[in-house]
Amino acid sequence: MPQRGPGPAPTAAPADAVRAASVRGIAEELAGLRGPLLPVLHAVLERHGYVHDDDVPVIADVLNLSRADVLGVVSFYHDFRRTPPTAHRVTLCRAEACQARGGEATYAAATDRWAGSSDVELGEVFCLGNCALGPAGTLDGALHARLTPERLEALTAGWDR
Amino acid sequence: MSAVVWVPCDAAAVSVGADAVAEALTAAGATVRRNGSRGMLWLEPLVEVETERGRVGYANVAPAEVAGLLAGDLDDGERCVGVVDDYPWLARQHRVSFARVGVIEPTDLAAYRERGGLAGLERALTLSGEDVVREVTDSGLRGRGGAGFPAGIKWETVRTAEADVKFVCCNADEGDSGTFADRMLIEGDPFTLIEGMTIAAVATGASEGFVYLRSEYPHAIRTLRRAIDIAYAHGVLGESVLGSGRRFDLDVRVGAGAYICGEETSMLESLQGRRGEVRAKPPIPALHGLFGRPTVVNNVLTLSAVPMVLADGGAAYAALGTGRSRGTQVFQLAGNVARGGVVETDFGITLGELVEGFGGGTASGRPVKAVQVGGPLGAYLPPARFGLPMDYEAFAEAGAMVGHGGIVVFDDSMDAGAMARFAMEFCAKESCGKCTPCRIGSTRGVEVIDRIRGGVQREANLVLLEDLCATMTKGSLCAMGGLTPMPVRSALEHFPEDFGVDAGTADAVAGEMPESATSTDGGARP
Repeated sequence: MPQRGPGPAPTAAPADAVRAASVRGIAEELAGLRGPLLPVLHAVLERHGYVHDDDVPVIADVLNLSRADVLGVVSFYHDFRRTPPTAHRVTLCRAEACQARGGEATYAAATDRWAGSSDVELGEVFCLGNCALGPAGTLDGALHARLTPERLEALTAGWDR
Repeated sequence: MSAVVWVPCDAAAVSVGADAVAEALTAAGATVRRNGSRGMLWLEPLVEVETERGRVGYANVAPAEVAGLLAGDLDDGERCVGVVDDYPWLARQHRVSFARVGVIEPTDLAAYRERGGLAGLERALTLSGEDVVREVTDSGLRGRGGAGFPAGIKWETVRTAEADVKFVCCNADEGDSGTFADRMLIEGDPFTLIEGMTIAAVATGASEGFVYLRSEYPHAIRTLRRAIDIAYAHGVLGESVLGSGRRFDLDVRVGAGAYICGEETSMLESLQGRRGEVRAKPPIPALHGLFGRPTVVNNVLTLSAVPMVLADGGAAYAALGTGRSRGTQVFQLAGNVARGGVVETDFGITLGELVEGFGGGTASGRPVKAVQVGGPLGAYLPPARFGLPMDYEAFAEAGAMVGHGGIVVFDDSMDAGAMARFAMEFCAKESCGKCTPCRIGSTRGVEVIDRIRGGVQREANLVLLEDLCATMTKGSLCAMGGLTPMPVRSALEHFPEDFGVDAGTADAVAGEMPESATSTDGGARP
């Protein structure tokens, strides 16, 4: 079963012809690869920030897959977000090595700080490969080490709450 | 003449400011070169200055300090670690796979060649596939991903299989907490992996390869892609590998945040563009792998050991190590450890030498309570077990596993009951859902552990937990469900008080170790 379920339904946007054409172009460009679906979804993510529900039939059509096949893959993997990204993203490691260095306290502080924020999205990740310098996390994609609650606060001081 | 300084571009170094240090050094007029990390992560950013004596290292350099560093202000303090190659922590290691990591610029093919690179591939191209496989078999090299399956046997299966196309897949989905050697090798010396995969292709008759690299490692993805481009440009990859007329194409595929895709069949499904659900085995991937074709699937460190095996011969590699664990292993010291990083050494070193000798105990300065060896599916071991030699069989006998060589250190503030609960919770979160013991068992496991810790019918629930662990161990399709009981049982065995249980009760219930904990492959099926 997918760990996070299908997720909330994306806010209904009218079918966007420009986006559909872009997604079709991405899929057509990569269709020749062996097993092209993940590369296509990553490329859509990179270009558009998330996978919209309307992208699914377009990709399915180009790759000659069923929509269920595509949706099944989109919903299986944590990376393929289905809602537009927020202005800032904080991802904190909650795996064992970072727990051993106090990562849960940082996560708890971050949860308190950004609860209900529409600008900052807090996510969890299980290992960023920075296990000797934890707690590790990424701030808008950049890897950071030794993220105590205080350091996290200092590094994100310029962000709107 | 401006000073030549080396600043690591490794993600761990960057995470503590290495890029800013490099910029500051450039601005101060130094010639900056970027290397991988030496693996002494507590010293990062570790800046090295070229001198007549060799490369002299300066630890924990901040951007504001670079002028002083170049002027020699740090030379007399403890921040100067002396000639890095002679630094005891590093000099005591035996670096084979990591010989070039941190030394050269990662994508400098000429430097790679100068330091012995491509010698293994060149020799492999003069041998028959059968002879190349024999070298690997003779070396005793076993899968470094965790299962410890002999690489030569796997390769021979693929070599003798008939098919229109065969594949070599590198499993670089290093999702286990406390492990980062795959990442550091790819970021620090990617050509070693490329060479190892090419040798595997030459040996088995494969023409296409994929590296399945996790999306959490963006630095590694960039470095490996650049290295592959360079390898193509220099004829190491492509239609005629080093002019041999043999074709080998290599591509990087990026994972998408699913832990289970580190399991080899799940990885193959993911490479095919599907949900990462594990496959039942048999058929084994060596015969029915990627797109149903014979496929070599090996971990980064397994494939990265291959160039040395071919360059120096299988016997030279087999001369290292102990028992049936031959060669070197790249151990990773992580978690609450004073001196964390990469320790490559022959098998047989004790756990205590690694944790206390290299690691220097905890970072917090408190006593070590436990270490978890081999990732989230590995056992928790107390200091009383620090005499254990790092050896696949010795660990299996102790109800533990070497796994991918990651060692996570915890101080005495750790709650082993909470960690056991976390093991089940993590399994529930990351299970692919294909088999019931893993999908349902993990959720029930969280509940049962909660009841034990909460004092609800404690003895009955201990029996139930043991029964659940046995079911997961024996009934799961892959090592995820099959090994999740290992941290749970070991935590309960060694730290029953953290479950509110007295030692006698836990012993009475624990019963016999499951089959998977005593078999040599750690429960993962080859």
